[in-house]
Amino acid sequence: MNKTLLIAAVALVAALIAPVYIYPVLLMTILCFAIFASSFNLLLGYAGLLSFGHAMFFGTSAYITGYILKTTSISLELALLGGMLVSTIMAALVGLLAIRRAGIQFAMITLAFSQFVYFVLLQASFTGGENGMQGIPRNALFGLIDVKDSFHFYYVVLAVSALALFLFYRIVNSPFGEILRAIKDKEPRVESLGMKPEQFKYLAFVLSASLAGLAGALKATVFQFATLTDASWPISGEVILMTLLGGLGTLSGPMFGAAIVVILNDELAGLGEWALIAQGVILLVVIVFFRRGFVGEIAALLAKWKKPAKSEAEVTA
Amino acid sequence: MSEVAAPARAPSAASSADNILVAENISRRFGAFLAVNDVSLSVRRGSIHALIGPNGAGKTTCFNLLTKALPLTSGRISFNGTDISALRSANVARLGLVRSFQISATFPNLTLLENVRVALQATYGKAFHFWRSIAAVKDLNARANELLDQVGLAGSRDLMASDLSYGKKRALEIATTLALEPDLLLLDEPTAGMGHEDIEPITRLIRKVAEGRTVLLVEHNLSVVSTLCDRVTVLQHGQIIADGSYDTVSRDPLVRTAYMGEEDE
Ligand SMILES: Nc1ncnc2c1ncn2[C@@H]1O[C@H](COP(=O)(O)OP(=O)(O)OP(=O)(O)O)[C@@H](O)[C@H]1O
Ligand SMILES: [Mg+2]
Repeated sequence: MNKTLLIAAVALVAALIAPVYIYPVLLMTILCFAIFASSFNLLLGYAGLLSFGHAMFFGTSAYITGYILKTTSISLELALLGGMLVSTIMAALVGLLAIRRAGIQFAMITLAFSQFVYFVLLQASFTGGENGMQGIPRNALFGLIDVKDSFHFYYVVLAVSALALFLFYRIVNSPFGEILRAIKDKEPRVESLGMKPEQFKYLAFVLSASLAGLAGALKATVFQFATLTDASWPISGEVILMTLLGGLGTLSGPMFGAAIVVILNDELAGLGEWALIAQGVILLVVIVFFRRGFVGEIAALLAKWKKPAKSEAEVTA
Repeated sequence: MSEVAAPARAPSAASSADNILVAENISRRFGAFLAVNDVSLSVRRGSIHALIGPNGAGKTTCFNLLTKALPLTSGRISFNGTDISALRSANVARLGLVRSFQISATFPNLTLLENVRVALQATYGKAFHFWRSIAAVKDLNARANELLDQVGLAGSRDLMASDLSYGKKRALEIATTLALEPDLLLLDEPTAGMGHEDIEPITRLIRKVAEGRTVLLVEHNLSVVSTLCDRVTVLQHGQIIADGSYDTVSRDPLVRTAYMGEEDE
């Protein structure tokens, strides 16, 4: 418990001074995707649900937030909430149909919905179609604080991210989170103990979509544009990569995964198509050799090193 | 080892109020195969009742039907006077009919304490509170510890369930089901796969948990059945072939044929 707090505190201090040394937009991108990957982690790592269409929540929210900011003078935080709210409602509807399906069927339904959402965003007039939505203004925060400068805006994004990640932490360490873990372990047993697993999975799905929506909304304000890519299959795939790379079902793994992938994309940007191939190779290596992901493997090593007598089962906790 | 307040045996004439569970003509078909064929069964309140029969007789399928883990093909089940035929499993459990599984059903990646706490959460009303710290349910720990203590596992509360021996997993499972304070407990082969040293304690445990509630168990070990049970129902090929006290049933020629060669298992 206290160790988690200490690590969080160190990370926070590092994050506070980071923009002095590192390009703030890159840092903000990492933060957005850390939230996005955490939302995916909540779903797959804790509820055991694999979504192939998580980008629909990310992308839709990006467009909605962008649209609110472009067409109104509503303050920034309300625009973010607006995007988040729409993703949440969308998940509440999609979840009704998807949640009773398990495994690959669930994945395919989410994929189908996300393709549908992609198509709607492509056709709708407010999105700017193939060109995307450009020139999204950063309205003042609370109607007061000017955040047009990226260096200043970084601290807003950092605060929102910290809040979102705390929310994620709270969810997985809540009474509800405990039931989710039980469902992931042995769903029929949860039912036989008088609880309805699909209700818990439904809530997890909606919560996950809210967080994904927040990530997308933030992203739109960071880059000041929203494009179809945000709602596309490659983004849905990338968030899977981030989560697995960092360590599924670990608290900080997907955040690291997000950072690694964002930085890698940045470094490999010059390679064009080759960037995708490099991503594929990395995913393959992780799946074959480091199945617990970056953070998972380190935790396993530490645990082994600390108490060599204990069995493996402890490590995955 | 005489029974404490052994109930009077009058199976067929018993009024329905004395029966906690009544299944009427229940059947279950898998494709063309009738796994449970027109079974009528009543379980007397406060009794320890055994459901026995050779492998593949349909005992586990019966349990699945009685707890509504599987839908009925036909028939009707009432529990405590409520018709549960159309309910789903979770709702049946909430009414107080809770089961254990033939293949141990603990949560392997949860600690023993968490295993029991999950079950306690079922009736605690905070299970959906995602915004609260887990500390919100820490007040269930005392009760969880009590339950673990009852089955002799209090010392291992922080172990992962996957680290337990087979026998202890069964005990944990019983503690988990007890968390729901069931009126009727269904145990599917609680001693299966256990060594001799584990059978005696689990038998004692079953007798203990049966105080104040009703137990229906599937059991292959006939000496466990004979020491524990007030009443025995024998199933073969999905049908009941005998029903009565252990002594009556064990003298029944049909049962003796069904059990031929399994007598000393
Ligand atoms: N889901 C299913 N689909 C098809 N057949 C099934 C299914 N479940 C059980 N059966 C069949 O129904 C019959 C009864 O199985 P059941 O598990 O109820 O027997 P049992 O009396 O519990 O046996 P055991 O003593 O081996 O546990 C078996 O022939 C089994 O193959
Ligand atoms: Mg069986």
